[in-house]
Amino acid sequence: MENGSGDVLNAFRHGSVDAFETLFRLHQRAVYGWILRIVRKPTVAEDLTIETFWRIHKAHARFEPALGFEGWARRIATHAALDWLRSARNEAALTVEGLPEPASAPGADPAIKAEIRSRTSQALARLPVKLRVAATLVLIEELAQKEVAAALGISVAAVKLRVFRALRTLRKDLEQQGIRP
Amino acid sequence: MKPPDQTQKREQITPEEDRIRDLLHQALPPVGDAAEPARDLWPAMLKHLDEKSATVPWFDWALLAGLLGVVAFVPASIPVLLYYL
Repeated sequence: MENGSGDVLNAFRHGSVDAFETLFRLHQRAVYGWILRIVRKPTVAEDLTIETFWRIHKAHARFEPALGFEGWARRIATHAALDWLRSARNEAALTVEGLPEPASAPGADPAIKAEIRSRTSQALARLPVKLRVAATLVLIEELAQKEVAAALGISVAAVKLRVFRALRTLRKDLEQQGIRP
Repeated sequence: MKPPDQTQKREQITPEEDRIRDLLHQALPPVGDAAEPARDLWPAMLKHLDEKSATVPWFDWALLAGLLGVVAFVPASIPVLLYYL
């Protein structure tokens, strides 16, 4: 994400809609991409991008230009995504809607591989939201723990702990389903 | 001997847990940073802003209800309110 120029950031802080539009156009792709990494549904990510910028617009007076727009926007986007994941709307298991299908290992029975993939994604969806997001960003998206910590507003140690707990919980869940990792 | 703290526990990632990482990768491909929305979201954002700004906040309704209550129970306050309007 690029940051807006100082003038634009100051104008945004003072409520300029033009500055807000400039920042929206500059950052919408990055905010959308970040949210998509968490919710993994393109249509939901579009709605949450708008919700994120609505929250950004409402909070313009609290924005500190010296701290930069990117990190602030990412934290707000993360909270919007977490709120969605916690909401009752998110009862369906994790899917890869609109995203490319993963490549299968050569020589494996496609039906069995598909079944294992399905059970794994369901096990991930059953994790508590905090563990699920940490696991998704660190284990699947392979982002730096420092980056994830900044977005979640927690320490790197807390991210490590969440990933550790997510792995343990996933292992138990998969074993109960007859999948021995 | 002190029990292992959380940091030490976190470092003890087993081969099974490493395998779980592989399973996750096979089940859910990474989105990566190349994703972008299928359309320009600014028109939808403008529509959202218009809708939200047209909505009267709940505290405005509460204030109006309070004022109507005062007028209903203390009619003598009407001239005072009119004076301040």
